[in-house]
Amino acid sequence: MKVLLGLAGLVGFGVLLEIAPRAGLVSARYAPPTSDILATLGEQLRRDEFWVAVLDTLRTWLLGLVIAIALGVVLGVFIGSVPVLRAATASTIEFLRPIPSVALIPLVVVLYGSTIEATLILVVYAAFWQVLIQTLAGVADIDPVAADTARSYHLNRWARIRWLIWPTALPYVVTGIRLAATVALILTITGELVIGSPGLGQEIAGARTSGAVPMMYALIVVTGLFGVAANVLTRAAERRALAWHPSVRLEVQVPA
Amino acid sequence: MIKRILLAVTMPVVLLAVWWFASAGSTDFYFPPLRRILETFPETWFGPRMVDDVLPSLARLAIGYAAALCVGIALGMLIGANRTLRAVVEPLLEFLRAVPPPVLVPILMLMAGIGDLMKVLVIVSGCLWPILLNTVEGVRAVDEVLTDTCRSYRIRGRLRVWHLMVRSASPQIVAGARQALSIGIILMVISEMFAASSGIGFTVIQFKDGFRIPQMWSGVLLLGLLGVLLALLFRLVERRVLGWYHGIRAVQKER
Repeated sequence: MKVLLGLAGLVGFGVLLEIAPRAGLVSARYAPPTSDILATLGEQLRRDEFWVAVLDTLRTWLLGLVIAIALGVVLGVFIGSVPVLRAATASTIEFLRPIPSVALIPLVVVLYGSTIEATLILVVYAAFWQVLIQTLAGVADIDPVAADTARSYHLNRWARIRWLIWPTALPYVVTGIRLAATVALILTITGELVIGSPGLGQEIAGARTSGAVPMMYALIVVTGLFGVAANVLTRAAERRALAWHPSVRLEVQVPA
Repeated sequence: MIKRILLAVTMPVVLLAVWWFASAGSTDFYFPPLRRILETFPETWFGPRMVDDVLPSLARLAIGYAAALCVGIALGMLIGANRTLRAVVEPLLEFLRAVPPPVLVPILMLMAGIGDLMKVLVIVSGCLWPILLNTVEGVRAVDEVLTDTCRSYRIRGRLRVWHLMVRSASPQIVAGARQALSIGIILMVISEMFAASSGIGFTVIQFKDGFRIPQMWSGVLLLGLLGVLLALLFRLVERRVLGWYHGIRAVQKER
C-alpha cells in the first residue's frame, strides 16, 4: 500500500510537469513536458558519449570517496586514540571543517586546470571531514568498562584497535560514509559543472550553452538517480555492516 | 584550563607559522608568500568591494536560507503529521533531495535570468531538502506520551503545533538546518561563479582569470573565514534554541 501511494506520488509529479507546459501554465521553452525529457533520456542511453560521461563521473566520485574514507578512518582512529593529539587538533579541525570546499575551486583550477585531479581534490576535501568527524566521535564513545577490561587483559595496540575501538566506532564510521557519499557526489558534479572536468556535470554545462533544455533536464534526472542509488546502497551497507548493532536490531536509526 | 587553551591554540599557530615561513621566500607564481596574501587582504576586501560584493552575497544567503527554513519547517510539519500524504510524497522527496543542488543552477538561470532572484532561488532549492526531510522525521518521532497528553488536555491548533510538534522536532530541525547552512554557502558561491556581475564567487573567479594570484588566495581565505564565522554563529543560536535538549541529554548520560 505504501509503495503504491509513493508510486502515485512520483507519477502524479510527472503528470503535473507534463500538463503544466502543455496547458501553457509555464513556458515549454524552459520547462519541457515530462514526455520530452524521458524521450531525450532514452536517446541519451543509446549514445556512447553519455556512457563515457557516466563512467567519468562514477570514477571521480568513487575514487574520491575511497580516498576520503581511507584518510578519514585512519587519521580518525589515530588522532582519536591519542588523547594529547586529540586535544591539540580539536580546534584546528573545528576551524578547517567549515571552510566551504568550493572556496578551493579557483586554487585547484589554477593548479590543475580542467582535469579530473582538480575535481578529485574538491571531492576528497569535502568528503574527508564527514568521515573524520564521525570517526573521532565514534572513538570518543568507547565504553569505559570495555576500555578498562581491555587494559586488564593487557591487549596490545592492534588488539585494542581491532576489538575495542573498531566495533565502537563502526556505526559512526558508517554514518560518516553515508554522509560522505552524498557530499562527494555533489562536489563531483559541481566540479564537472564549474571547472569543466569530464563527466555528467560537463555535459549539463554543454547542454546549457547549446540551449538543449530537455537534455539538461534528462541529465539532471540521471544525477538524481545517482544520488538515490548512493542513499539506497549506503543504507543497505549500513544494515549489513551493523546487523549486530542494537540500533539496527531494534530498527532504530543511528542519529546522523 | 590554561593547559586546554594552550593545547587549542598551539596547533593553529604552528600551522600558520609553518605556512608563513615555508612560503616566505616563495617565488612560485601560484604560491605567493603568506605575508603578501595577508597584505592584499584588507585592500582587496575592505574597500568598495565590501559593499559591492561581500554584503550582497551575504544578504542573498540570508534571504535564501531564511526562506528555506520557513518553507521547509512549514511543509515538513504538514507532511510529517499526515500519514497518507507522507506515503505519497516520500519517494518523490527522496529523489528531489538526491539531485545535487548545483545542477539546478543552469535550470534556474533559464527561468529567472541571472539576477538576484535566481541566486536566492538556487540557495532555497538546495537548503530546503535537509530542513524539510529532517522536520518530517522529527514530527514523526514525537513522543507518544506527549501526543496523548496533548490530546487529553485538548490542546489543539497553534498551541499544539508550537509546543508539541515544533518543540519535539527541534533537535532534528536544527540538525537539518546545520546541513543546509553549509550547502547554502556552497550554493552562494557557485551561483555567483556561473553568471553574475557581483558577489564573492564572481570576484574570486575574476581574480583567477586575471591571474591576480595573491588576491585570489585572499578570496579563498575570506570564504574560509566566512564559513567558520557562520558555523560559530550557528552554534551560538543552537545553544540558545536547544539548551533544554542538551541539558536532558547530559542528565541522561550521567545516569
